[in-house]
Amino acid sequence: MRILKSAVPIFCTAAAARANSAGEPLSPTNIFAPASTPADTISGLSLLVLTITGAMFVIVLCLLLWAVVKFREKAGAGPGEPAQVYGSTQVELAWTVIPVLIVTILLLATARAIASIQNAIPPPGAVEVSVIGHQYWWEYHYKKSNVVTANELHVPVSSPVHPTPTFLSLFSADTDHSFWVPRLAGKTDLIPNHPNSMWIDPRETGVYLGQCSQYCGVQHAKMLLRVYVQTRDEFDRWLEQQSGPAAASDSTIEGRRTFESTACVNCHTIRGSTATGTFGPDLTHLMSRETIGAGAALNTPANLRRWIQDPSAFKPGCLMPAMGLSDSQLDAITAYMETLR
Amino acid sequence: MSAARATVAVVRSERAPLVDTLHEWVTTVDHKRLGILYIIYALLFLAFGGIEAIIIRIQLIRPHNTFVSPQVFNRMFTMHGTTMIFFAAMPLVFGFANYLVPLMIGARDTAFPRLNAFSFWLTAFGGLLLYFSFLGGNGLYGAGNAPDVGWFAYAPLTSRTFSPGHSTDFWILALLLSGIGSMGTAINIAATVLCMRCPGMTLGKMPLLAWLNFTMAGLVILSMSPLTAAQLMLLVDRYLGGHFFDVQAGGSAVLWMHFFWIFGHPEVYVLAIPAFAFASEIIPVFSRKPIFGYPVMVAATLAIGFISMSVWAHHMFTVGMTSAGNTFFVLSTMAIAVPTGIKIFNWLATIWGGKVQYRTPMLFCVAFLFQFLIAGLTGIMLAAAPFDWQLSGSYFVVAHFHYVIVGGILFTIFGAFYYWFPKMSGRMYNEALGKVHFWLFTAGFHLTFDFMHVPGVLGMPRRIYTYEPGRGWDIWNLVITIGVLFQAVATLVFLGNLLWSKLWGKVAGSDPWDGWTLEWSTASPPPAYNFPSLPEVRSRRPLWDLKHPEDPDWHYE
Repeated sequence: MRILKSAVPIFCTAAAARANSAGEPLSPTNIFAPASTPADTISGLSLLVLTITGAMFVIVLCLLLWAVVKFREKAGAGPGEPAQVYGSTQVELAWTVIPVLIVTILLLATARAIASIQNAIPPPGAVEVSVIGHQYWWEYHYKKSNVVTANELHVPVSSPVHPTPTFLSLFSADTDHSFWVPRLAGKTDLIPNHPNSMWIDPRETGVYLGQCSQYCGVQHAKMLLRVYVQTRDEFDRWLEQQSGPAAASDSTIEGRRTFESTACVNCHTIRGSTATGTFGPDLTHLMSRETIGAGAALNTPANLRRWIQDPSAFKPGCLMPAMGLSDSQLDAITAYMETLR
Repeated sequence: MSAARATVAVVRSERAPLVDTLHEWVTTVDHKRLGILYIIYALLFLAFGGIEAIIIRIQLIRPHNTFVSPQVFNRMFTMHGTTMIFFAAMPLVFGFANYLVPLMIGARDTAFPRLNAFSFWLTAFGGLLLYFSFLGGNGLYGAGNAPDVGWFAYAPLTSRTFSPGHSTDFWILALLLSGIGSMGTAINIAATVLCMRCPGMTLGKMPLLAWLNFTMAGLVILSMSPLTAAQLMLLVDRYLGGHFFDVQAGGSAVLWMHFFWIFGHPEVYVLAIPAFAFASEIIPVFSRKPIFGYPVMVAATLAIGFISMSVWAHHMFTVGMTSAGNTFFVLSTMAIAVPTGIKIFNWLATIWGGKVQYRTPMLFCVAFLFQFLIAGLTGIMLAAAPFDWQLSGSYFVVAHFHYVIVGGILFTIFGAFYYWFPKMSGRMYNEALGKVHFWLFTAGFHLTFDFMHVPGVLGMPRRIYTYEPGRGWDIWNLVITIGVLFQAVATLVFLGNLLWSKLWGKVAGSDPWDGWTLEWSTASPPPAYNFPSLPEVRSRRPLWDLKHPEDPDWHYE
């Protein structure tokens, strides 16, 4: 029946995702392919809720189908009215008490999951990162180091033996945003003047995708998230590399001068240069990122040049303006950007 | 005044000049005419909201589509939500309440007829103001615009920093005006139910529809007040230097969320309770049995009304409340499943043992039972806060609330249209076209909203104008959009059926369904004074008593 269809996709999705979570997942952002403790806890609770609601669905569905088929008016039946029944206290009591019991079970399971996720205390080895939401991009500050980067979050892999979870403090510089990487944790909002926090402890290396999930303005759709989970060594090397100043190269001095003499410096920081703006992403190690424009495009030289020329070609409505640069200025700045490894 | 002319309309040769007729409709204080005005107005806005939905779905049919710009897309989903809730669903509900409540409680009109007219025209003006924003929204900034802050308009996106121009002002003023109109109508409905019942009709003998609309009216009064206050505060912020929601000056974005959702969640029940009312009238008549457990149905309704005032922050599980706060709202939200479940079981028990006639109104109500069951169960999933941390703000939520509002509420409203159309117009609708509408719409509904749950589970957030390929979302979005086309065609069949039947339908007579409540005891359409002499009742089904003098209900109640 058509009614059955409605529940089937949900349950199939859940089941297929479980079966596939080891191999090729159904989607890189499937909530039923968890790879971190908060996402595991949620997935476990969700399957319990799905099982209970699924059972309730099947029972009530059968009763309803039985009633609407069995008690339809039959062609040969007489003209009289059926027996007039006004109610039954016992029956009504039954279908009040049973749901109360079911709700109690669900409440207890839910309360336990809430507490285990929300009340977790950071262990000594935890990595702490401040996440600041901006209109259409993410800014990350790594505590205990001077690393500032954007859009692509790097965190160490965590294991039960040596837990190195990452605790995120969430802030917003402008409107509301929401940090959502489904395979790692549920979402938490970034609200101005209302600090929040969340944590993840991914157990497998790799790239985890997500995006802003609270409407924040014109380019809400292209405020994508990439979380790179690395081994502890790789992560430490990355942190070391990111904490240094920008690479200096004489061959691109013209591009650097152009950059420093235009309005670019009002919004962007390149550590080791005169550019100290904080309105846009830190570009000190731009070329270590795989994407630009919060995931709007791959970070290739051609895309980078096009982006500097006219950001709205990739992201109409984004806050970076087209600077009206000449071709030679564009070439020079792009060449300079390409040295920022 | 208009009473004498209304009856003349049947005789073509003596029809009043068009200008006079229009003048009568504009100046009317008759609850039936105001009800019909509400309904026609709501159908117009239903069409606007539907067109916006179609634009949204065409844009999302495949990844990286460029059918509309992000700016236009954001206006479309803002206008779609605002229109459908405030200017389609609420006026539809108010229209039926206006038309039916006085007739069903044996009254000649509502308690405050002129307040009634005032409220309707305020709401109507609010809707026009909202749509005028397409022309005047940008003010001095340039050409046309419309609100693009989302239907719940979270601060600080609504501040002048992020929303320059006037589109957000149009949104605020439209809701402010229609909100005041809604409160007027709610006060009127509540007063009518309390004060205007015919002799013999104690509260315990009222039709369920009156009880449920009374509860709805109470919820409107309680929930519209904070929304109206919040709109005023937002205006103060925008134009008088206030800092309620100004986060740069110590204001709170979360405060707006609380204000909005303490309106927003009861609002769901403002729409759902009248839908329950339609089901509670239609299901018994077509099952040929009285409603099962009337006192429990009333109690469950009141319980839903009360609990619905304490669940608002389940819309805010992701904003960083404490674990205790989250747990409280899990409790209150799950608690509401109990009275709602009771209702579903009582409707089921009403069908049980009956002789069910599957006319179009009953088909819509049976589909409502199945769909509302699913909507309720996905609601329980969303009530489990950690599950909600994944699903909130995703397409799963969009699927869930469309299951409630379309699969639950709109389906019973369609049922109500077919059930009371003979009473309102004096003509029968076309049954074959009604069934075509039902099957097409049901197919489209399930294509769209069943499959919409899936991209949500696969991580697709709502309100994005485009999405990346390779996320496993593409096929689902294609199917969802195809379903919308079915629904659009079905809605055209519905509107065509209404028009055709009004003009050429069979004459219905006063009681085409062998009904039991008082509206079926008077002519179709009823005269301006409703009843030649005020009826007197002894039970909840006065017409059953009349038709079965050997076995009247008041022996058992």
